[in-house]
Amino acid sequence: MTLPAPLGALTTLPLRLLDAPMRALQRAIGERRMPYVFLAPNAAFFGLFVFLPIAINLWFSVTGGPALFPSERPYVGAGQYAYLFECGSYIDPNSCREDHFWRGVANTAKFTAFQVVAMVGLSLVTAVVLNMKIRARGFFRAVYFFPVLLSPVVVALIWKWILQRDGLLNAAITAMGGDKILFFIDPNWAMFWAVLVSVWAHMGFYTLILLAGLQAIPADLYEAAEMDATPRFRVFRLITLPLLWPNMVVVIVLALIRGVQIFDEVYVLTGGGPGSATLMVVQYIYETAFSNQVQNFGLAAAASCVLGVVLFCLTLAQLAASRRKGA
Amino acid sequence: MKAIARTLVLGLALGLGVAQAASAQTTLRMTWYSDGNEGEVMADLLKRFESKNPDIKVVLDEVPFKAINETLPVQLASGQGPDMARVADLGGLARYMMDLRPYLKNAATWEANYGPFLKWMRVPGDTASIPGYMTQLTVTGPFVNKSLFEQAGIAMPGANATWQDWATAAKSVAAKTGAPFPLAIDRSGHRFFSLAIAQGAKVFDAAGEPAVVDDGFKRAAQLVVDWHKSGVMSKELWGSVSGAAYRGANEEFKNAQVVMYVSGSWQIGQFDKTVGDAFDWVAVPSPCGPANCTGMPGGAALVGIKATKHPAEVARVLDYLASEEIAGELYARALFVPGNLALAAKGIDYKAASAPAKAALKVFGAAVAKLDPVANQLQGYTNNRIIFNAVISRLGQTITGETTLDEAYGRITQDVAQQIAERNKK
Amino acid sequence: MTKAFAFLSRRRATGRPLHWTDIAAYIYLGIGVVVMFGPVLWLVMSSFKTPAGLLEFPPSLLPMSQTEVSVPGQAQPLPLFRVTMPDGQVRELVQLRRIGLVAQMADPKDLTQTFRVPVDKREPVRAFSVATGNYTEPLRRFDFLHFLWNSVFITVVATALTLLINSMAAYALSIYEFPGKNAALLTVIGTLMIPITIILVPVYLVVTELGLVNTAWAVILPGAATPTGVFLLRQYMLTLPRDLIEAARMDKASEWQIYWRIILPLTLPALAVLAIFSVMWRWNEFLWPLAVLTKTESYTLQIGLNAFQGELQTQWHYLLAMTVMTLLPIALVFVFLQRFITTGIGNTGMK
Repeated sequence: MTLPAPLGALTTLPLRLLDAPMRALQRAIGERRMPYVFLAPNAAFFGLFVFLPIAINLWFSVTGGPALFPSERPYVGAGQYAYLFECGSYIDPNSCREDHFWRGVANTAKFTAFQVVAMVGLSLVTAVVLNMKIRARGFFRAVYFFPVLLSPVVVALIWKWILQRDGLLNAAITAMGGDKILFFIDPNWAMFWAVLVSVWAHMGFYTLILLAGLQAIPADLYEAAEMDATPRFRVFRLITLPLLWPNMVVVIVLALIRGVQIFDEVYVLTGGGPGSATLMVVQYIYETAFSNQVQNFGLAAAASCVLGVVLFCLTLAQLAASRRKGA
Repeated sequence: MKAIARTLVLGLALGLGVAQAASAQTTLRMTWYSDGNEGEVMADLLKRFESKNPDIKVVLDEVPFKAINETLPVQLASGQGPDMARVADLGGLARYMMDLRPYLKNAATWEANYGPFLKWMRVPGDTASIPGYMTQLTVTGPFVNKSLFEQAGIAMPGANATWQDWATAAKSVAAKTGAPFPLAIDRSGHRFFSLAIAQGAKVFDAAGEPAVVDDGFKRAAQLVVDWHKSGVMSKELWGSVSGAAYRGANEEFKNAQVVMYVSGSWQIGQFDKTVGDAFDWVAVPSPCGPANCTGMPGGAALVGIKATKHPAEVARVLDYLASEEIAGELYARALFVPGNLALAAKGIDYKAASAPAKAALKVFGAAVAKLDPVANQLQGYTNNRIIFNAVISRLGQTITGETTLDEAYGRITQDVAQQIAERNKK
Repeated sequence: MTKAFAFLSRRRATGRPLHWTDIAAYIYLGIGVVVMFGPVLWLVMSSFKTPAGLLEFPPSLLPMSQTEVSVPGQAQPLPLFRVTMPDGQVRELVQLRRIGLVAQMADPKDLTQTFRVPVDKREPVRAFSVATGNYTEPLRRFDFLHFLWNSVFITVVATALTLLINSMAAYALSIYEFPGKNAALLTVIGTLMIPITIILVPVYLVVTELGLVNTAWAVILPGAATPTGVFLLRQYMLTLPRDLIEAARMDKASEWQIYWRIILPLTLPALAVLAIFSVMWRWNEFLWPLAVLTKTESYTLQIGLNAFQGELQTQWHYLLAMTVMTLLPIALVFVFLQRFITTGIGNTGMK
């Protein structure tokens, strides 16, 4: 796979220009130290925009006050965390001091659970279907992948338009004789649609991962099964599923991670409403830090540290899963 | 490490090519929001200023009202804000406002014309600074779709009618005409308090500290909850967004879906332009409660920002805009109730207004005199936004069934206390 | 007809008869097409309707708008309706005013003849028409081209930067052995899934200190060093043959030259996938630009659209048109690069 010649020359020009200086550098510090040079730019960005902020975030979470600059913030020890975790019972958000945070946690848990089940289930079915010997497979694959490319704002607006009081879905419902449903003022419907829209927008990605996994299963296994006239579902259960399992784990963990981090689509679709029925943890963090009248950076930082710990654990789980696969 | 990073990044940033050669012209940025046509009017006034003052250029950043409330405060906290901004949360942003007094030639005129409102823009303890001027004074009050009343054949309640009278009437009209929203109140703590103070809420204790939940307040909260239950107010407005998010009903009112819309005088310009002769609309005096028949005052002010690099130029722009002639023009063309005492006394000739708009302005003008002292005190209180947000956020939760009313009361008191404490932490 | 029948009853490619699961599969795929494409199609069609057309219920499939008739004495053309008169006759009348449940209507040929008609007795006379004004109006008010430029600039520069520094880091981590390699690798993998949302405020602070707020760089720089990118490229580079590198070293090539003359061209498939991902992420980025871009002229397309949505809460006709325009560029990219994208994801990094 090669780029057309003029384009290739153009893109490599800056690289070519660095030839001489890099050779001089190599002569100066020796070949053994060159890896550090290659690693340096990435590391610099990382350090500046990931590690430094994580450190600052930790500092924010132990300080209070309305100031943005760390030096102006008074130290409060574990005060923010204490405030965050002060609860009568963790299951009932109403009994907590910072009830919005715990509502966010509960909603995110609910959302993630439903989303993972729906996403993995539908992706699996779609991958299996796409793996069958059907015509125009490329076209259908593209169809399922298409929504992945849409931005969260666009996705949310498309569905908001369809689910309106006088929208397409209500038109279909009344045409079939039912009453209009106001989806966005019912907490259960709002959550349902948040999950569904998220699945709609992203399942193509997971489908492709599973499809690749399915295609990696050696064909002779299936041929052997065919010669034994094994019924289809047994084939699926005894051959496909076990061999696909490592990919499934990757998909499940990725979907979990995405679910816990969800913000964009839900924020534009429901704004966290009705009430706080679809308020997710990330939206809580965003609003606490940025959009409330009184910006509480310390509390937002504490909440985000908690979220960070959860995500870190999930990441480790994903790594353990992919390692077992034999990466 | 930081220095290296800074150099690296600035080196890259130079590639942006935004380097402006040192010019004789000062460029100032003004962040502005519009409810109606005031953005166009301001652009026009600024052009005139620029032609008179060629060494100053003012860039008008028009943003949605949401941005003024949400992103501007963070900008200001990080020192990255504009030079001037039209803001509504006067108390909350007071600490970012600059004092124009040292740069003004005629501070005395400013004091005379804008005196009582300057209080709203000062930090507690400050009695002398002049941060800006009122682009408008607003009063809350109801707009009514007269045509729907006529269609239903029901008479509109009279001058001293109570909130309950209006609620009942609106419900009957809506039932007869099929309008989905009998009574719509902006989802805003500010609007809610016009109801609450009329029901007797005192908001502050004897020492002037917030004591939000009292009998009057509870009466008002109960009314709102009951109205949502009985269908007088539709859950689609208050119940569809979360937290302290604002939700107005102007689009619904313009589409003749609302019988009675409790909002405020800033909507007059918009309604004047867009309703046309689709239906007859009127402004009515605020309904009465056991205590009084008050609305809530408010308004937006155009202020200078402390962090500006060109304070003298900012003062020149604001001095021009706040002058009687220019301010008067803004009020007249944008259909605003004047926030300038001299102009209020003289009366504004709203040339461009239609008959309904003129009548509405009259009603709201009269409402200014009926404002209750508690309402004025609340509007001038530095931390009033905290109170408004806490109230609307928790009442919103009660409406959607997430909390009970009693829980909400507890939460409101807690929220207010906690956020004021957080804001005051040094 | 016979061709269709032959198509439907043909045998599978392998020569076996159609199993019921095959039929189920096609039905599933058919539903998939409707569910995946349908909403977008509906969006596009709705975007051409007039505000009145958008308000009607049930909505019509095609954009239709009401015929309007110019009559003498009236400044604006008046809407035309088909009215059922009390005597059962059906006439076409123009509407002068509508108040609540009663409309005042008149014969377009003779305006002195007016009627008071209850609104449920009239039906608008409609014809297919495309409200292109929905697109042109906001372009005046919503600085679409400017936002488009911002988005394009950010996407292109960010992708170039990401490709460069990620491939350099991946090269270091895959080809060499050096002290600290494992630590570096662990950090990359460990932070693989930390989204910017968690460190939103501190990154905002860093960006503020660097004086980059409201510039394109505030959006470009923080996300340039993606751990996913490094991981992806490293996985691919690990599979490249080492003898090429050894040979090049013997030919006195500098490490830098080995990197970009040998390794990079060989890594092109993975680079392509990363480029596509990067374009997608950057184009659609929402939360971080929302926080850091506050001046309207620095808005990207997504943020502009969101601000537009917030401001005009229910002016759907403009909103829909702008949404279509925001999704057009990525849709075009998709049409051209579809094959790359879908095969690439399967092939690289997920092994």
